[in-house]
Amino acid sequence: MRELALDIRDLRVGITNGDGTKEILKGIDLQVPKGEIHVIMGPNGSGKSTLANSLMGHPKYTVTGGAVGFFGEDLIAMKVHERARRGLFLAYQYPVEIPGVTLAHFLWNAHQVKVQAEQPEGKKDPKAVLAFRKRLNASLESLHMATDFSTRHLNVGASGGEKKRIEIAQMEVLGPRFVLMDEIDSGLDIDSTRVVARAINAMKGPDFTALIITHYPRILEYLQPDRVHVMAAGKVLCSRGMELARELEQKGYDWILKEYNAS
Amino acid sequence: MNDDARAALDLDQSKYDFTTPEVSVYRSAKGLTRQTILDISAHKGEPEWMRDIRLRAYEVFLQKPMPRWGGDLSEMDFEAYTYYIKPTDKREDAWEDVPEDIRKTFDRLGVPEAERKFLAGVGAQFESEMVYHSIQEDLAKKGVIFLDTESGLREHPELFRKYFGTLVPPEDNKFAALNTACWSGGSFIYVPKGVKLDIPLQAYFRINSENMGQFERTIIIADEGADLHYIEGCTAPQYSTRSLHTGVIEIFVHKGAKVRYTTIQNWAHNIYNLVTQRAIAYEDATMEWVDGNMGSRLTMKYPSIYLAGEGARGNVLSIAFATSGQHQDAGTKIIHKAPNTSSTILSKSISRGTGRTSYRGLLKVAKGATGVKASVKCDALMLSETSRSDTYPTMEIDEDQVAIAHEATVGKISDDQIFYLMSRGLSEQDATAMIVQGFIEPFAKQMPMEYAIELNRLIQLEMEGSVG
Repeated sequence: MRELALDIRDLRVGITNGDGTKEILKGIDLQVPKGEIHVIMGPNGSGKSTLANSLMGHPKYTVTGGAVGFFGEDLIAMKVHERARRGLFLAYQYPVEIPGVTLAHFLWNAHQVKVQAEQPEGKKDPKAVLAFRKRLNASLESLHMATDFSTRHLNVGASGGEKKRIEIAQMEVLGPRFVLMDEIDSGLDIDSTRVVARAINAMKGPDFTALIITHYPRILEYLQPDRVHVMAAGKVLCSRGMELARELEQKGYDWILKEYNAS
Repeated sequence: MNDDARAALDLDQSKYDFTTPEVSVYRSAKGLTRQTILDISAHKGEPEWMRDIRLRAYEVFLQKPMPRWGGDLSEMDFEAYTYYIKPTDKREDAWEDVPEDIRKTFDRLGVPEAERKFLAGVGAQFESEMVYHSIQEDLAKKGVIFLDTESGLREHPELFRKYFGTLVPPEDNKFAALNTACWSGGSFIYVPKGVKLDIPLQAYFRINSENMGQFERTIIIADEGADLHYIEGCTAPQYSTRSLHTGVIEIFVHKGAKVRYTTIQNWAHNIYNLVTQRAIAYEDATMEWVDGNMGSRLTMKYPSIYLAGEGARGNVLSIAFATSGQHQDAGTKIIHKAPNTSSTILSKSISRGTGRTSYRGLLKVAKGATGVKASVKCDALMLSETSRSDTYPTMEIDEDQVAIAHEATVGKISDDQIFYLMSRGLSEQDATAMIVQGFIEPFAKQMPMEYAIELNRLIQLEMEGSVG
């Protein structure tokens, strides 16, 4: 069997508030081998975004049970920035705005941290900042974005579609080995979806693994994922091939929820 | 100071014809008496009129009550301070006597050795001699006067007397009186009609004089149509063995002239920093204060602008950063006295730990000042549950035909913002610092590049240990 990039075993996650902890993920089992593209679909409220955010380590969520292996390491034990430095990247459904901080400034710092993490003994390359600028501009251009986005404040005043593409630009520049995408295609028009899919396809390869949350099979036709998982009520119901996504689009979720007694 | 350094300084004096008077090392006894004032005046060899102003100011100082608003001054003990130390005395303090934490900060900021000593008040910045010389030559050609305040009084007595104390008289407040009685050091600047200076005047060009004295007194006069930018201070911590700093700054912006005064002060944490900064802008003149306040135990500082002539403009941009044990009570006063005057105020404050920031502002529109436009915006960022931020805006509008906008926000850094930056690999501390830097970006972008970079590095240092 191929090396597992992500190995989720009986993961239980809740939100803690004044009334105690409310469990949202009720024992997730999901494996993604290295180099594969997997997809999660499922009705609203099934826990998809909770899964993505808790894998990244959002403080809002408390892991109450189970284990997550990330290329053989214990992901849950890592702090958020350590997960990022190990090569995990989350493309957000709703990227936050950071006033006063330009995309280029922020991303250069993140990029430097990553270089440092990968080569702690490496020498500083004085031309690195130029190469970085070039790469960021090339990425923005390929996403059909004006290059002056790099000097605008991060996500401030950007449209929904622009924010999503800024996420992709960050992904391209940082070059993570595992990408979580939380509804990256929501709110994108047909052309933008194609542009984003092209960017993801360009990263495909033996060292690139992705777990993509989506409601729309359209982007999947471009991406041709290896596996489609269906989540409902905090659990993974089933995992099949691309044909499942097409079937879901035609028939909705009811039949599969009934099939697995999850409705 | 070592012998080489002394030699360099002496050489400097003869070569460039410095006019530093030779006065023996002198330190006044603790506490303030009439005799102290007489001694200060005598040591400076001043004209009688200045001595008399000092004495009058001393009487005012004694009579004026302590301010009962603003910060807590109850632990101030006027008897405990030394009111006059000759600069030469100060420079012989040893680098080794500078507290460990401040020396460390210099290391972290990457400030060169010579500059550190200068900044810490234990030596002059010899490296800048040549720069200083060529700049002074250039300024002299244009008729610009740029001197320390004592030299200004000595070399341009009539000009000096015409302006000194007219904008901030001793009767203004207790600390203005104290400053007038004890003043020492500061800058005296005159830019003639129509002269526009394209590089900023910086206090450190005036080497061999006290820059940030305890009671510095600065006078800036921009004659009609003149344009200048003055920069004072630096982001490195200002170390002082003296725990009271009371400056007075008077700026006169004549018809059609423009003055920008930029300062960042970062005082040691034991300092009371009580400063009176005031400017008057005449017809079509523009005055801008760019004011950064960090450090100190208590800062009370309210840069003011009198818009006295039709069409005058005033802009004030300020940041205040208070960490545990600190109170930054800062704000702005703008008085619209003439028609069609305009002003903008942008105040940004950050508090962390048990730090406290207050915005205390006054916007006044006098009767007859029609067509006034003014906007006030105060943003506060609180980094901890224990920090405190207050806004005390006062508006006195005695005229109907005015357009005034006021906006105040108080915010915290959101978990989602921190999470977002951390999910790209930044540590929690770096993420927090980056958000704080973003918050003060409207201020930082108005600074000269090297100051903006220093400011950002300083914010980063200040944020250390801010998160678990």
